[in-house]
Amino acid sequence: MNNLLAARSQMGMSLAFHIIFAAIGIALPLMMVIAEWRWRATKEEAYLQLAQRWAKGTTILAAVGAVSGTVLSFELGLLWPEFMRSAGAIIGMPFSLEGFAFFLEAIFLGIYLYGWNKIPSWFHFLSGVIVALSGLLSAMFVTLVNGWMNTPTGFVLADGKFTNIRPFAAMLNPAGGPEAVHMILAAYTAAGFATAGIHGWLYLRRGKNRFDEVAIGIALAVGGTAVLLQGVSGDALARMVAATQPAKLASLEGQFRTETGAPLRIGGLPFPKERVTKYAIEIPDGLSLLAFHNPNALVKGLDQVPEADWPDVRIVHLSFQTMVGCGSILCGFSLAAFWLHRKRRLFSRSVVRLIVLLSPLGFVALEAGWMVTELGRQPWIIYHILRTRDAVTSLPNISITFTVMTITYLILGVITTWLLGKHVIASPETRLIEKEETV
Amino acid sequence: MSSVSLLAGAILASLVMYSLLAGADYGAGLWDLLCHGPRQSEQRHLIEQAIGPVWEANHVWLILTIVLLFSGFPDAFGALCVGLAIPLFLVLLGIVLRGCSFVFRSYFTGERRTQLYWGKVFSISSSMTPLFLGILIGSISCDSVIIHGGVSENGFLKTWLLPFPLSVGILAVSLFAYLSACYLAVDAGNAELRDDFRLRGLIAGLVSIAMAVITYVIAGSSAVGIREELSNRPVAWLIEVCALGSMIVAFRGLLLRRYQQARIAAAIQVALIVVGWGIAQYPYLIRPGITIANSAAPRNVAAAIDVALGCGAIVLIPSLTMLFAIFKGTRGVTQQEQAGD
Repeated sequence: MNNLLAARSQMGMSLAFHIIFAAIGIALPLMMVIAEWRWRATKEEAYLQLAQRWAKGTTILAAVGAVSGTVLSFELGLLWPEFMRSAGAIIGMPFSLEGFAFFLEAIFLGIYLYGWNKIPSWFHFLSGVIVALSGLLSAMFVTLVNGWMNTPTGFVLADGKFTNIRPFAAMLNPAGGPEAVHMILAAYTAAGFATAGIHGWLYLRRGKNRFDEVAIGIALAVGGTAVLLQGVSGDALARMVAATQPAKLASLEGQFRTETGAPLRIGGLPFPKERVTKYAIEIPDGLSLLAFHNPNALVKGLDQVPEADWPDVRIVHLSFQTMVGCGSILCGFSLAAFWLHRKRRLFSRSVVRLIVLLSPLGFVALEAGWMVTELGRQPWIIYHILRTRDAVTSLPNISITFTVMTITYLILGVITTWLLGKHVIASPETRLIEKEETV
Repeated sequence: MSSVSLLAGAILASLVMYSLLAGADYGAGLWDLLCHGPRQSEQRHLIEQAIGPVWEANHVWLILTIVLLFSGFPDAFGALCVGLAIPLFLVLLGIVLRGCSFVFRSYFTGERRTQLYWGKVFSISSSMTPLFLGILIGSISCDSVIIHGGVSENGFLKTWLLPFPLSVGILAVSLFAYLSACYLAVDAGNAELRDDFRLRGLIAGLVSIAMAVITYVIAGSSAVGIREELSNRPVAWLIEVCALGSMIVAFRGLLLRRYQQARIAAAIQVALIVVGWGIAQYPYLIRPGITIANSAAPRNVAAAIDVALGCGAIVLIPSLTMLFAIFKGTRGVTQQEQAGD
């Protein structure tokens, strides 16, 4: 494995793991706070138990998320020193602000988790709200950095160097806002449906019970609302990509030719050598309509870009189709679920089975979405400014660190899953919970 | 003071906070490794209780340090990441293993043997991480990291696998262990447990004095620049005298069982050591080539980050104070101390 590929693999693997922990770290506190709020309003025991159990899940994931996030901040420099050297000053602002958001999250998470009996209950609730909000802010700031890599702004390029840097203009780059909204909604969707799935599975095992019902209710409300809003957000993001990164749009749609009235392809497999996407269901004028809100709009194809600068069209297209496909299925299910809820038929066995079946799709979409944005930007690390291969470290044998980190993450992943299983699902008595669950 | 120096000052301040807070958490991990005697499980329990609510917040100081370094001094960060990639990677591995194993140990519910195994991972990684953090500090102070065009002149091992950085690494471990023992003596619930950590504090304190002397001697041959600054600058003298004074107060506190006094004095001592290093290192970030001035981000960027830091501090300081007030209140201890007096 050459060094560039090893470095890209290590970065990709670290991101793929971190995004799971981070997404749950954003969404679980929100659900936990909703549960505590319902408990404060209704005094129903199930809500309190739920808040406490989700809080334990949050502890485990926040710890793993905090360290895996640290890994990424180091790896930015360790693997891509040239990127950090040239761009560090420009992207420093959102990273610094993220540092503070992360601080608040860690502080109030400590207070929330260990303070059930030490502080007034309203303050405990408020701490939870701050955790949920600061998690959201962290995600926003980090995604703004990724946005800048896609649509770099806020500087003048002179002799290959960034001059006249305006940090806030860089932070508020065109891609940043739509990407951040998309990411935050994706986190709520993925974690919401996954949580609903876990409690759905327990519901099937344990039989009808109030505890799992309220858990599924909250998780689906969060995940379902988010995925429906995701439709609007995805549209805004796609139009931004169409305007600023035509080559990316072309590869995610498998659009090789520049044409007016471009069709929307559902499914299909691009053949880059033959410059054609086969086996897709084509909706005439669909892509022009979606990307520019005009059926006759001109869509730039990959033929506008030298072939050497194409991303891996096949993977990008398939990832995009996967993301959109999963999102659409979850949207459809959410509408049905809201209707079933009104008819009071949400908790029939067949519906709950369907919830369990669909529960991983949010995370599949989340991972696929990051593949789209990261692989779709290649071969650039900063779009049209710095190539990934020019940013990589001169340190040899990156495949060794890649192997070590992969093994470490795999072990962590297995143990984290096992622990979550023990605590969120089975919830045995431990020293910590004995004191709290005096019910 | 220029916006760039202010930012460099903020990085040093963040490093001081990291040493005082997370440093003590690492030290606690070392004591976890060395737990022995009849109160072994009580000691472990105390350590777990002491760091559980705060370690994540303490860890963020490192993230802040790193983020400010690459935002404010991107060239220095780039050079660090190339020349010292291996110790940085080992620090990273230590951070991952420490954080995860701590949580895994606390929440593990299976076999006792496996739980003990997580404890071992936690304590070994806690001891290893400050060693490599110290090595990083030593390496950037001893003229070994030279980067030209993204390539390290001294390769990837000869930048840090040297007597001076290693000695600074061991110094860091002993200082953190000392600091942690002073903190744990306050947190401990009974007199016997307090005495355990009192003795450990004294031993680690003596080791750190020995390591400080050894480091200074080694600096004579391999870290001449920083040694001269430490020996010749009047400001450095002042800090050295104050550090020595607080060390004496801390030792006196331990000897007379005045643990609050020992805790505060030890913290001041460690803070002064880090600040003293920072002042001796000034104006360099990485000796011999990279200074604050020649690696800084443009002034307006540094100024914007300074403002962001100021705004952040307004929110951060009260929040942190509250966290420590809730979990590190000393009511129980002072009552017992009064009873003991």
